[in-house]
Amino acid sequence: MEDPIKSKIQSTSKETRQDILGRCLTYLCIGLIVAIVLSIFIFVASKGIATFTVNKASLWEFLTGKNWNPTVTDASGKPQLGALPMITGSFGVTILAVIFATPFAIGTALYMTEVSSKKGEKILQSVIELLVGIPSVVYGFIGLSVIVPFVRTHFGGSGYGILSGSFVLFVMVLPTVTSMTVDSLRAVPRYYKEASLALGATRWQTIYKVLLRSATSGILTAIIFGMARAFGEALAVQMVIGNAAIMPKGLLSSASTLTSVLTMGIGNTVMGTVGNNALWSLALILLLMSLIFNIVVRLIGRKGRMD
Amino acid sequence: MDDFITTKDVHLYYGEKEALKGITLSFPNKGINALIGPSGCGKSTYLRTLNRMNDLIPGVKITGSIMINGQDIYSPKTDTVDLRKKVGMVFQQPNPFPFSIYENVTYGLRIAGVKDKQILDERVEQSLKQAAVWDEVKDDLRKSALSLSGGQQQRVCIARVLAVQPDVVLLDEPTSALDPVSSGLIEDMLLTIRDKYTIVIVTHNLQQASRISDKTAFFLNGELIEAGKTKNLFLNPERQETDDYISGRFG
Repeated sequence: MEDPIKSKIQSTSKETRQDILGRCLTYLCIGLIVAIVLSIFIFVASKGIATFTVNKASLWEFLTGKNWNPTVTDASGKPQLGALPMITGSFGVTILAVIFATPFAIGTALYMTEVSSKKGEKILQSVIELLVGIPSVVYGFIGLSVIVPFVRTHFGGSGYGILSGSFVLFVMVLPTVTSMTVDSLRAVPRYYKEASLALGATRWQTIYKVLLRSATSGILTAIIFGMARAFGEALAVQMVIGNAAIMPKGLLSSASTLTSVLTMGIGNTVMGTVGNNALWSLALILLLMSLIFNIVVRLIGRKGRMD
Repeated sequence: MDDFITTKDVHLYYGEKEALKGITLSFPNKGINALIGPSGCGKSTYLRTLNRMNDLIPGVKITGSIMINGQDIYSPKTDTVDLRKKVGMVFQQPNPFPFSIYENVTYGLRIAGVKDKQILDERVEQSLKQAAVWDEVKDDLRKSALSLSGGQQQRVCIARVLAVQPDVVLLDEPTSALDPVSSGLIEDMLLTIRDKYTIVIVTHNLQQASRISDKTAFFLNGELIEAGKTKNLFLNPERQETDDYISGRFG
């Protein structure tokens, strides 16, 4: 004869079944995400590597060559696949944009956390959120109609080039870097500030020697995130950089980035051809760079915790 | 005898709320003074008026006069930066900066513009010795202060204050977050520096007040109930509330 209490204890309760169901759902979601990320990676990698395996281009030539003309073969019968101009362009606009943006971002963040009233802080916060939400084509359009003529009149050249690109990206990464810097400044415990002031430090000394120093790893992370954003931005940059796939001679001459060449070219090539595979190789570089940015952020985070 | 710190009729308001209701109290030059009373009685608030840390809280209004070494610290001419160099403060939670021990102790000096390495080194050794933590940390001065135990951190924080050579040291329940052994070390340490500094300590621990202080003041609901020589206050309290509090009938 079955003991009713025994069978009740041994069977799974409704609550446990709910738990199991919930856990399965989360596993399913995470599984889907991992599958998508992996397949993107595999797809881009297999296409990107084809340039070197199928089309026999040399990796060294690809990374250091200065002539980009995938549809034309040179005297030895190889396509001209030198991506250095685009790599230079991408790094150029990214680094310049971040150099312009960082001081402004830190200044704004300090104003928001240390100087302004609660109300001013709220207003600035929404201004920054608004900046994040503006579509990049709008930034590109403003860049095209304001920044390009401005650069042309004040710096010379045609106005299209790395300088214009970095001005546009400066505005685009500023909100990212600022809001992350604000977060890292807010994360500095209040008692560090109190301790510093109680020792006779001025407000500026406290900001400079305690606040910024304690927030350094957070601020570096913010800068790297800004770089990742700038590096991956395509449309706005494409509209102002001039899109000449040649080695940039300076900040004012027409240039191109990895992303701009991709968006310009991907519709004009046929799947499986050299030209198409070469674009996939550029995409692979972009993917690897964002991976590197991510790893750097992790490393900084780990170091920040140890201090 | 001239008192070093004199406060007359000090009222403090947090917005509408009156947190201090006319405190008239003075402390002699050098020695340990204890402020006791139940939570929320205003003793920490009073302590923070002495180095104007309450200025940092928006909406605080203070009336009355507070003189330290003959100078009105709330006069418009007073520079809070200079004041806080003369009136150091140790907080309830150990709050070393996330820097090395050496940088923590020299912080006050470096912001005051002292660059001479020899002076800095001397002062670090001297203050860490005064704070009774030198033997434990002398080989690890470059290590992060956050790697120390809570009690060691608190003594480094005390050393950080002493390094600036203040006249007054304010301690806001410095041992309440620490274990009994660390508390004992800090009490012994305070007794060794009592003749060099004017010390004002807020404490919840009545035994601590009776063990180390020369003068004790009892606060209740924002008012000063009674103040006097520690021995007299604990053995022959004049007011009924004091008697009730020190004999554990409330608080």
